[in-house]
Amino acid sequence: MSSIAHLVKSFTLWEFVKAHALTLKYFFKPKATINYPFEKNPLSPRFRGEHALRRYPNGEERCIACKLCEAVCPAQAITIEAEPRDDGSRRTTRYDIDMTKCIYCGFCQEACPVDAIVEGPNFEFATETREELLYDKAKLLANGDKWERAIAANLAADAPYR
Amino acid sequence: MTETFISWGMDPNWAWGVATICGILLIALPLMLAVAMIIYADRKIWAAIALRRGPNVVGPFGLLQSFADGLKVFLQETIIPTSANRGLFLIAPIITFTVALLAWAVIPFNSGAVLADINVGLLYILAISSLGVYGVILSGWASNSKYPFFSAMRASAQMISYEVSIGFILIGIVLYADSFNMNEIVKAQIGHGFGLVNAFGFNLLLFPLAVMFLISSLAETARAPFDLTEAESELVAGYQTEYSSMSFALFWLGEYANVLLMCTLNAVLFWGGWLPPLNIDLIPWFDIPGVIWLFAKILFFFFVFSWVKATVPRYRYDQLMRLGWKVFLPISLIWIFLISGWLMLTRYAA
Repeated sequence: MSSIAHLVKSFTLWEFVKAHALTLKYFFKPKATINYPFEKNPLSPRFRGEHALRRYPNGEERCIACKLCEAVCPAQAITIEAEPRDDGSRRTTRYDIDMTKCIYCGFCQEACPVDAIVEGPNFEFATETREELLYDKAKLLANGDKWERAIAANLAADAPYR
Repeated sequence: MTETFISWGMDPNWAWGVATICGILLIALPLMLAVAMIIYADRKIWAAIALRRGPNVVGPFGLLQSFADGLKVFLQETIIPTSANRGLFLIAPIITFTVALLAWAVIPFNSGAVLADINVGLLYILAISSLGVYGVILSGWASNSKYPFFSAMRASAQMISYEVSIGFILIGIVLYADSFNMNEIVKAQIGHGFGLVNAFGFNLLLFPLAVMFLISSLAETARAPFDLTEAESELVAGYQTEYSSMSFALFWLGEYANVLLMCTLNAVLFWGGWLPPLNIDLIPWFDIPGVIWLFAKILFFFFVFSWVKATVPRYRYDQLMRLGWKVFLPISLIWIFLISGWLMLTRYAA
């Protein structure tokens, strides 16, 4: 008896008809995806995007060349060289991040004692050449200047949980 | 069209040639445009069923997406693998594309609007669609690469298997229409279903054939769920793997022109072609040009093609062969006996 039922089912393409009725229902449902370049999902304050080197409000760069980030970086993407400046304070002469190596783990910003290197909310920094992804200090500081308001707001929002 | 040119004072021989070339352009150019739009429609329908948006950036609603893709492909470099057979490698996409266009010569777009109104139109279509295998198998062999080769073997076996049952299905149609001429086949469908519906598909004896033809045409064009010739997860991109630039675009266009052709055949052979669906003159039904009815039917079948693609998973190779040889072939053979018996009883009863 069940074999006859099976035969009838397969010859009337019952399963196919059912499946197509289901997909037709989905055809008219509202879309689940957002319209990306024009609308974006909200990001957590902890989002780890493009790196930035921050400054103090008086314009002095925060980084004191302790090299903790270079040491902790699991992908060894960070290269730092440092020298004492004329006024005797210790500063970096070179701060490079190879963004093609970076795994965006956020260890560098965890390690930083002065909140100098941070991963900002920006994730749209695709480039046309590989070389453009080898960030130097100037680029990172420029990022810091550009994203400072968003980064400061995110750090403040996340501070109670740290 | 020839008469128009003659009436303009053209030599009859010349007029015939010019009229034929005009006819070819009148079919080929809108066809290419339709292919571009149908690729877009395919992506949109698939996306909608997957709750995605599909292309929506290039032009209004993304309508120009196919043209952007075409331009991109056109500007790319043509790469020919060093170990490939150059001549065959380049000829294969041309064969696929040309053959996909050739079959359109016998498709009736309206009463009498056929490029080549030949008596064996249906046989011509069968012959041409069998030629399509050459493009696939040559590309697979000439690429000198294993995935295209596997794909070409699968594709040729698949196409040949399903052409057998398609042939038998078409015999059923021919028996009912009493003609191989495409236009005669369409005309035979006037009021076929209870005197009301203009379609063979509403004949209870022919409806199973219509369903089988729809499924076989999916297999013939290697669309999902029979797309195991270009099964991404196993064969990279199948026989197109080594192709780039224009040669790739030709495959692409040829494939979709074939899909459109199969949709058209479904519409013409089983669902009344350029006839309006109902044989009643309630509204000015017959005043709407036949091309529009045909086009609406083609679009409906294309929607079905995309719908199936978005719904069902891919068949396994042995399942595909089982369906072709052990299900479709015996059923279509039995159906020929049923149909001819029925016709002997009713139409040809002495």
